[in-house]
Amino acid sequence: MSLDVLGPLLPAVPLVAALSGFVLPLRSRTAAAGLGIAGATGALVVAVLLAVRVDEPFETYVDWVRFGDFSVTAGVRIDQAAALVAVAVGVVALAVQVYSTSYLRDDDRYPPYAAQISLFTAAMLLVVVAGDLILLLVGWEVMGICSYLLIGHDRRLPGAPAAAVKAFLVTRVGDIGFLLGIVLLGVNAGSFWITQVLSALPGLPAATVTAAALLLLAGFAGKSAQFPLHTWLPDAMAGPTPISALIHAATMVAAGIYVVTRLYPVFVLGDPALTVLGVMAVVTVLIGAFAATAQDDIKRVLAWSTVSQIGYMAAALAVGAPAVALFHLLTHAAFKALLFLGAGSVIHAVGSNSMSAMGGLRRRMPGTFWSMTIGLGALIGLPPLAGFWSKDAVLHAASSADAGWLPGLVYGVGLAGVLVTAWYAGRLWLRTFFGAPRSPGAESAHEPPWPMAVPVLVLAVPSALLGLLAFADGFGARLTPFVVDLPEIELAHLGAETAAPLAALGLGLLLVWVLWRRDTTRDPARFLGPARSTFDNAFWLDAVQDRLVVRPVVALARGAAVTDQRVVDGAVEGAGLGTTDVGNQLAAWHRAGLPRAATALLAGVLLLGLAAALYGSAT
Amino acid sequence: MNEVWLVAVLALPAAGAIGAFALSDRAGRWCGTAFALLAFVASLLLGTAHPDGWFSYGPAGAGAPPIVPWTSVDTSWVPALDLRLHFGVDGVSYPLVVLTTLLTLLCCLYTLWHVPPGGRGSTLVALLLVIEVGMLGTFLALDLVLFFVFFEVVLLPMYAIIAGWGGDRRRHAARKFALYTLFGSVLLLVGVFTVVAAAGTADLVTLTSGAVPLTRTTQLAAFALLAIAFAVKSPLWPLHTWLPDAHTQAPTVGSVLLAGVLLKMGTYGLIRVAVGVAPEGARWAAPLLGALAVAAILVGCLVCLAQTELKRLIAYSSVGHMGFVLLGVATLTTTGIQAALIGNVAHGIITGLLFFLAGAVKDRFHTGDLAVLGGLRERAPWLSGLLAFAAIASLGLPGLAGFWGEAFAVVAAFERGGAGWVTLGVLAAIGGALTAAYFLRMLRKVTHGAASPLVAATPAVRITGPELAAWSPLVVLALLVGLVPVLVLGFSEVPVQSLVEAVTR
Repeated sequence: MSLDVLGPLLPAVPLVAALSGFVLPLRSRTAAAGLGIAGATGALVVAVLLAVRVDEPFETYVDWVRFGDFSVTAGVRIDQAAALVAVAVGVVALAVQVYSTSYLRDDDRYPPYAAQISLFTAAMLLVVVAGDLILLLVGWEVMGICSYLLIGHDRRLPGAPAAAVKAFLVTRVGDIGFLLGIVLLGVNAGSFWITQVLSALPGLPAATVTAAALLLLAGFAGKSAQFPLHTWLPDAMAGPTPISALIHAATMVAAGIYVVTRLYPVFVLGDPALTVLGVMAVVTVLIGAFAATAQDDIKRVLAWSTVSQIGYMAAALAVGAPAVALFHLLTHAAFKALLFLGAGSVIHAVGSNSMSAMGGLRRRMPGTFWSMTIGLGALIGLPPLAGFWSKDAVLHAASSADAGWLPGLVYGVGLAGVLVTAWYAGRLWLRTFFGAPRSPGAESAHEPPWPMAVPVLVLAVPSALLGLLAFADGFGARLTPFVVDLPEIELAHLGAETAAPLAALGLGLLLVWVLWRRDTTRDPARFLGPARSTFDNAFWLDAVQDRLVVRPVVALARGAAVTDQRVVDGAVEGAGLGTTDVGNQLAAWHRAGLPRAATALLAGVLLLGLAAALYGSAT
Repeated sequence: MNEVWLVAVLALPAAGAIGAFALSDRAGRWCGTAFALLAFVASLLLGTAHPDGWFSYGPAGAGAPPIVPWTSVDTSWVPALDLRLHFGVDGVSYPLVVLTTLLTLLCCLYTLWHVPPGGRGSTLVALLLVIEVGMLGTFLALDLVLFFVFFEVVLLPMYAIIAGWGGDRRRHAARKFALYTLFGSVLLLVGVFTVVAAAGTADLVTLTSGAVPLTRTTQLAAFALLAIAFAVKSPLWPLHTWLPDAHTQAPTVGSVLLAGVLLKMGTYGLIRVAVGVAPEGARWAAPLLGALAVAAILVGCLVCLAQTELKRLIAYSSVGHMGFVLLGVATLTTTGIQAALIGNVAHGIITGLLFFLAGAVKDRFHTGDLAVLGGLRERAPWLSGLLAFAAIASLGLPGLAGFWGEAFAVVAAFERGGAGWVTLGVLAAIGGALTAAYFLRMLRKVTHGAASPLVAATPAVRITGPELAAWSPLVVLALLVGLVPVLVLGFSEVPVQSLVEAVTR
């Protein structure tokens, strides 16, 4: 099959699976599961074929619609980076589809659920391959709505509907910026086709490019859960656990990073966009890492760790290393999907999300334990697991960049982040798998059935080994977006400078181990002291958002409704009532008694006669 | 041969209306529905007459007049007054014609199964068909006086539908609707005669071609009068307050036609008549029109956020959506007017569907109060799913019909450039986010969460066959127009370009 067919096929395969899944009857579970798995497998096969066959970037497109001077094309633009990200999406989607068949065994609404995952996959793949900004926007927003639908899927959770709405609205606020950025680029470049937009960039006024870059960053912040639009992601844990894996690993949050690499020249030229991005990134790394230290819900720990890890990717982008960002995106996709699916197995076995109800699971769930250990090791950057290489590459990119104060800041915060990451990952590991079981559920825990166990075990392979790709010849070049003229980046670094992050890692682990050992039944987070509740509530940013945005908008809405009713409609109703009143008064005035009527008549005759006489004498 | 389809599109619903009036209830409803179906088929056949075929943008005719109907009929009507029966169809009117015949057909189908309390079903069908004639005549008329006549034909039957089959406060709502829009009609009448008296002709093809230039003063006066008249119908904030009452009180089929097509007569009139006949007036008023359109978007969205009644919320959402359409028109660019045209059609499809679904909810639960409804997906998974789909389509999700009009209205505002228009574009985009906010709030209140006592006490809801028949075309179209927008825009680019050339000349 030629590439021209394969490219569009990539999002089309899961899309077809999704559309057919939506019309299945609610009871046809098997067919729905089959369709979902088939869609994800198909996408994965296509993605692998593309990854193998794409050497030179290629594009293929058709005209979609024309609005005046603007053509919108439906087309794909695939380079090696796109193909590799697509493979990651395919692997995670397939793992999630297989895992869900067992995890949602008792769900009576399985067909729409599986179809929504397929649609989610299709939308992400559309973002990955889209060659046109409008087409990209389609995938971007469809992904948002799928996250809304899936987060709200669990009907037993009272918090799920609110979390779903929050996820969509917070990202949508960012998407105002994203849409405006696209419009600004498209209008000024005269086209929405990415290649043309990028080639038109040098000729555009600097202020326009800067404005577009900053606007796009708002959309990026929403989608990739970066400060200050990160608040939706932890709440999104209300979704079924496989959905968390999907959102956190390869779709949604990854989309923001990916799109920035895709449009990287906009951000390079749109100075100071990269600086803004860098500041956002370091704030996010810290917020995410510290918030993760105090959560009791195992999924929320992982959610905050995602926020923090995406911050690392954003930091890599900010110091001029998009290939490194994509490298970390790929390794993170593997180990975060593993961690979420593993956490799902734990939750499934224990019957609770709360780490207070876990403990000692190492013996009863050895397979899950070892897989999660690999995942957590990769997360903290333990050599030689995947995360070590990619996080090291981020830090190396920061320390070797020489552009002002930002790289130094990124490096320092990145190092601190490593320490905190090691601390909270260690806490999760110890609290979940060691010590004595702290609930009946934990005492009777068991390994999950094979559809859940296999994806976790399979994902352990890339979580462990993916980082070694850094040694593969030309891997850095593969990840460099083809539009960017950047020096090829060395992804693998082993040397004296590796000592610092390793020391931070060791210190973090040692600290948490010492604290945990004092009393293995209690949470080491108690040593955080007064900071604990601040971290647990993620620096109260939800409350800030509520005060600054939600409440004013609601008040404004109430005001608008009342004004519309009382003033605007009041004027209309008032005019109607007033007319009726005047009519009634006139009518009443006409219903006069004989004396007044006779007087009025006489007066009228006199007045007319006078007027006639005056008029006659005047002419 | 093509002229036959043109005449048939108008004559078939008229004949159906007579039949439905004359026959007994059941037979009358079937008869009316059959004629509505025939009219729909005729309108499709009318499209096959297009010389360049469905998907073609056609050759761009530089300097071509804005209205070049591909099929037209022109005969004398009242020779003494020089009134002519001049009908024709072109790329701007055709999508609306098909939308009208389709929605009327679906409304008739729905009435076959479900007649709201208040009167005979066949009379309702007959009134629907009379409205259809009026709407089609408005879209097809190429004579200004004829346009006015058909514009008015719609009013009284709609009044009767609201007053006869409506909700609890139907009389008040019907009277308000009729009087308010009559106020607009008076201005329209004065505007029409201002133009006709100054130009000496009522022929729209001649008037829009610039062959009879009007003085600047006439144009300003004519545009002001016509624009206010159409703004009432569209409706444009702050002339919108007849709409929530009328939509809320009207029976389901009435709301569907009101939102689906009636409002489009206003925007269509604005594009075709007001901008076409008085381009200089349009240029003069464009900034004000744009500002009011954006005010409509924001106010409409904010009011929706605070609504407590399902149908009223959907009604107010129309104010916001039509604001996007009017913003597109106000930019007076090809992009903007194309966006307005597709926004028009998309709104007709999606809001029609939303009103159908809201009607189904109210039929089942006898209330539209958001505080009492809740957890609908527990009892009615498919109805909830469709409601979610319609809401998502309405909030402008890319890939569905509603997206194009809204996004490209913003593009057009940016294209116009300058601080003012860019600000309007930014505010409109913020309105887009607010739209998502109120629709998701609605879904959260109606479908999500635990079943409310009322919902829990109602037996599981099934969607009936006729409902499915009435809704599924709209679902398919919401997706299809989103994926293949050329369906709507393919025909209209050439006339819109000519119109914009005429305006900027």
